Amino acid sequence: MFDTTGGSRIPTVPASRVDLAVVGDLVPEGARVLDVGCGDGALLEWLEAAKHIDGHGIELSQAGVNASVARGLSVIQGDADADLRTYPDGGFDLVILSQTLQATNRPRHVLEELLRIGRRAIVSIPNFGHWRIRSQFFLWGRMPVTEDLPYSWYDTPNIHFCTIRDFVELVKEIDAEIVASFALDARGRKLSFKAPWWFWNLFGEQGVFVLEKRRR
Amino acid sequence: MDDTTAPTPPETGEAQRLHQADAPSSRVARFGDDRPLVLDAGITLSPWQIAYETYGELNATKSNAVLVCHALTGDQYVASTNPVTGKPGWWDLVVGPGLPIDTDRFFVICANVLGGCMGTTGPASTNPATGRVWGLDLPVVTIADMVRAQVALIDHLGIPDLFLVAGGSMGGMQVLQWASAWPDRVFAAAPIATAASHSAQNIAFYEVGRQAVMADPDWREGRYLDAGVQPRKGLAVARMAAHITYMSEVSLHSKFGRRLQNREALGYGFDGDFQIESYLRHQGSTFVDRFDANSYLYVSRAMDYFDLAADHGGVLAEAFRGTKTRFCVMSFTTDWAFPTRDSRTIVHALAAAGAKVSFAEIESDRGHDAFLLDEPEMHAILTGFIDAAARARGI
Repeated sequence: MFDTTGGSRIPTVPASRVDLAVVGDLVPEGARVLDVGCGDGALLEWLEAAKHIDGHGIELSQAGVNASVARGLSVIQGDADADLRTYPDGGFDLVILSQTLQATNRPRHVLEELLRIGRRAIVSIPNFGHWRIRSQFFLWGRMPVTEDLPYSWYDTPNIHFCTIRDFVELVKEIDAEIVASFALDARGRKLSFKAPWWFWNLFGEQGVFVLEKRRR
Repeated sequence: MDDTTAPTPPETGEAQRLHQADAPSSRVARFGDDRPLVLDAGITLSPWQIAYETYGELNATKSNAVLVCHALTGDQYVASTNPVTGKPGWWDLVVGPGLPIDTDRFFVICANVLGGCMGTTGPASTNPATGRVWGLDLPVVTIADMVRAQVALIDHLGIPDLFLVAGGSMGGMQVLQWASAWPDRVFAAAPIATAASHSAQNIAFYEVGRQAVMADPDWREGRYLDAGVQPRKGLAVARMAAHITYMSEVSLHSKFGRRLQNREALGYGFDGDFQIESYLRHQGSTFVDRFDANSYLYVSRAMDYFDLAADHGGVLAEAFRGTKTRFCVMSFTTDWAFPTRDSRTIVHALAAAGAKVSFAEIESDRGHDAFLLDEPEMHAILTGFIDAAARARGI
C-alpha cells in the first residue's frame, strides 16, 4: 500500500500546487511514472531524485517542455486528450494527473485512459464545491475567481469543473475504485480522515484520489 | 586500410569537386578486401572508402563521441569550411565551441554518406575494377547501408559506442536507423525534422528531380563524366523542385511575394520576371557547381527506400523494442516536407516501446530548412537534452 501519512518534503513547491507535495508522498520507490500535464517537470525531477522513479511526462506548453527537457526528463509536447492513446496497456506503475482533468475536453475518457495505461492513477482536482466558490456563485451571482482558480470565465483553460462529490460519482461510473483519498484545505493541509464527504466537499479546496481499475 | 589527409589541390569549382570524389581534403578511411561492405541490394562493395571530419578531442574513456549525420546534399564539413564552395560548415550554428554540440566537450565526427560525392564511395568515385567512375554501375544504396559504413568508421576509430547521434532530415533517418540497428552503441539520439519513412509526396518530388536529371541529354545514361560534361540543366531543375519543399508558403510569400526581379513591369516573356524565379534559378545553378548528378539520384533513392516500420513487420515500435537510448525528437510547425505528424509517429512508437523520449514542435515560419537555421528554441532544447544526457553519462 501507499504511505499516505508522510508530510511535505518538497522544498520548492509553489503554494498553489501544494498537491504536488502530497502526490509525491504517494509514489512508491523505483516506479515507472507518467505525469500528464507535468508543467516544468518539478514533480518528476523531485521524484527521480527522491524515489528513483523512471519518469515520463506529457506537457502542452513549449516553455514547460523546454524546462523539463533541460532537467533531463523525457517529456512529450502533447495533451491528455490526444496522446494517451499511444501508450500501451499497463505500461506504467503510476500515472499522475495533477490539477489537469478540469482542462481536458473529455475528462471521462481521459480518466479511463489513465487507468488503462497505469496500474494506478493519482488524480488531483480543484474542488468546485468549496464554500468560497459556492459563496461567490450564490451570493454575488458571479462565476467564481479565487487565488487557486484565478481565471475569468471567458479566458479559463478549465472547461470541465466538478466537485469532489461529482468526481466520486464518475469514478463509480467508469468501474474504478478509490484506494485512497483526501482533501486539502487552502494551505495544503489534509482535512481529517474521519470527516464525511459533505465536509470535504465544502471545505476541501483540492481533492486527491488514488484510483485503480476495479478487479472482477 | 589506411587513414590519410590528402593535401588540398589548387583547383577550384568543378575541377575541385571532381578531385574531392576520390581524394577529399578531409580525413578518409579506406577499407580493403578484408573489410567489405555488404549492401541491402545483396552486393558486396570492396574496396570502399569513407571521408570524414572530426572536431574536439576523444576523452580517455572514449565516452564523449558524437556522430552528426548530414542531409541529402550535405557533407562531412559540418563545422568547417567546405573546400568546394568556400562556405562555412552547414551546421556551424549547432556544432562548435560553446554551441549545443560543444566541441570543447565532445569529439564530433561527421562523415560523407555512402553514395555521396565528397570523398566517400559514390557514383562519382573511381571504380577500382575498371579505372573509370562508377556511374550507375554502383549498386543502389540505402539509409541502412550508409549507417553500416558509419559503423565501420566508428570501429576503425576504436570507439565502442556513441554518446550522441544527431541529424536533420535524411540525417534524422540515419539517426533512427542507428538507434534501431545498434541500440547498445547509441546513448542518446536526436532525430530532427525527419520521418521513419519517406512520404509519397516526398518520393514524388524527388522522382520529378530524377526524371529531370535523366531527361538532360548531357546525362548520357549516367556516363557524363567520361565525356567531360554534366547534366547541369537537369540537376538544376531537380534542385529547384526539391528546394520549394524545403521552404514554407509563408516564407515564400514574405521573402518574395510577387515582387519583380530587376524590372519595373512584366516582361511578357519567359525570363525570370519574378524574384522567386530568380532565386530558384540561382539555387539550381550554384547546386550544380557543388554536387554530382548521379549522387543526387542515389542519395534521394536511399531516402525513398527508407521505411523503418516495414523492416519490422509493419510495427514501428518493434524497431525500438527494449531500447535504452534516450531520444529527443523535434519538428517545425511550417515544415510540409517532414511535417510534425511524421515526428509524432516516431514519438508514439518510441512511447509504445517504453523508450525515454522527449518531443517538441518548434514554432517557425521557415519550413523544413529551419533545422539548419538560427532557431533559438531548437538550440535551447537540444542544449538542455545534451547537457542532461551528458550528466547521466557522467561526462
